[in-house]
Amino acid sequence: MNKYNLNNSFKAVVIGGSAGSFQGMVKILSQLPKGFPLPIIMCLHRLKHVRNGFVEALSIKSVVQVTEPHDKENIKKGGVYLAPANYHMSVELGHYFALSTEEMVNNSRPAIDITLSTCGFVYKEKLIGILLSGANRDGAQGMRAIHEKGGLTIVQEPTECMIDTMPKAALAATKIDHVLRVDQIVEFFKELDKQYR
Amino acid sequence: MQDIDIADLKRISELIHQKYNYDFRNYAMSSFKRRVLRIMELKKLTVDTLLKKLTDTPVFINEFLDELTVNVTEMFRDPSFWRVMREEIIPAIMLNHKQFKIWHAGCSSGEEVLTMCIMLKEMGILQDVTLIATDLDVNILERAKTATYPIKNMELNEKNYIRFQGSASSLKDYYREENGNAIFNRELFANVSFRKHDLVLGEIFNKFDLVLCRNVMIYFNQSLQNEVLKKFHESLFKYGYLAIGSKESLIWCDYANRFIVVNNEEKIYKKIKD
Repeated sequence: MNKYNLNNSFKAVVIGGSAGSFQGMVKILSQLPKGFPLPIIMCLHRLKHVRNGFVEALSIKSVVQVTEPHDKENIKKGGVYLAPANYHMSVELGHYFALSTEEMVNNSRPAIDITLSTCGFVYKEKLIGILLSGANRDGAQGMRAIHEKGGLTIVQEPTECMIDTMPKAALAATKIDHVLRVDQIVEFFKELDKQYR
Repeated sequence: MQDIDIADLKRISELIHQKYNYDFRNYAMSSFKRRVLRIMELKKLTVDTLLKKLTDTPVFINEFLDELTVNVTEMFRDPSFWRVMREEIIPAIMLNHKQFKIWHAGCSSGEEVLTMCIMLKEMGILQDVTLIATDLDVNILERAKTATYPIKNMELNEKNYIRFQGSASSLKDYYREENGNAIFNRELFANVSFRKHDLVLGEIFNKFDLVLCRNVMIYFNQSLQNEVLKKFHESLFKYGYLAIGSKESLIWCDYANRFIVVNNEEKIYKKIKD
């Protein structure tokens, strides 16, 4: 069974989320197949001035340790990364992170558009971009950039979202390959994992 | 929004290097690209018209630098960092020196140096400290000198100050409000000298007991970070301190082993070897 028509050419997964995305993200990380081979790069809106606690909260049920990368840290296979508080997080061509304190984008720092579009630029058609629940339009242009570079795009099913502004904005901005509930995203990850076994 | 490819970014940094002697060739690519695109959008320029303007209009370079460099900062950024400064680092320096020198490298609009001055004043030692604040961007230095910030920024600054647990009841004790601005008491800057200095091409100009360069080197690639760390090493007295941003790291730099980590959470290092 290969419901999502996947293969083993993907090199990374990038996930954006905001208000209402935390529970979904926890569920995805807690049911991630053991030894999932791709890096998962997360940019979730968070309180700008609370440096600690968020990564720990995400890690509690996660099968892998979530880390907030340092500037210029290499991206490892199977690593799960979270954009740190009050920094934008980009991915560079050499497959490492670059942080910045530039102006807020979409009223956000970290901005999902920045993480998504730099991932799109680096990984091109080998990227899967996922956008979860959220109350603003951040991430829509990032999803568009991923699609334009040939990557696969997924948004959380808007009717399931606590706040559907974010996935709806992405649906309006670009072609979205799959609209999935969180349990289907979990299933998607399992199917993706199988392609690498 | 327009896009720009790496070859064009290289043409721009080469032109600026040759014509104006600023070196952006080793800047981190993703942020450099965003900055250039931002300038093109603000000034309604294409790659070609931007190159032409940089070639034909020398006065444009200051404006260009002002927009290219990132000037987003806040007072008491990372309050826990400032508590460690007050409770551990400054007292440790004072054990051996009654008077000492601090360098704020890449000071931008001056919030960090103002923070330092307020903290030192509250510690009762502001008069014993010489501070040098440098930046590449002359426009931002002029703004920094005024110690004036939009009042809308003060909410965040005040929140940070409360979490820092300063000895005044509010930052309002240090500024007056005028025309939508917070104008800080200029006496706080009595011992500060603001100077233009280029971290990439500039020479070593003094020795310090403490260097702060937080969230500046993140705009550099690793080889440039390595070069700049050598300059900080040379600019520090033995047993002097270096503070970088909370998500920066020195571990891959050649000179990392000449420093020890004093506080890993707040990224404070001490030079232990010449």
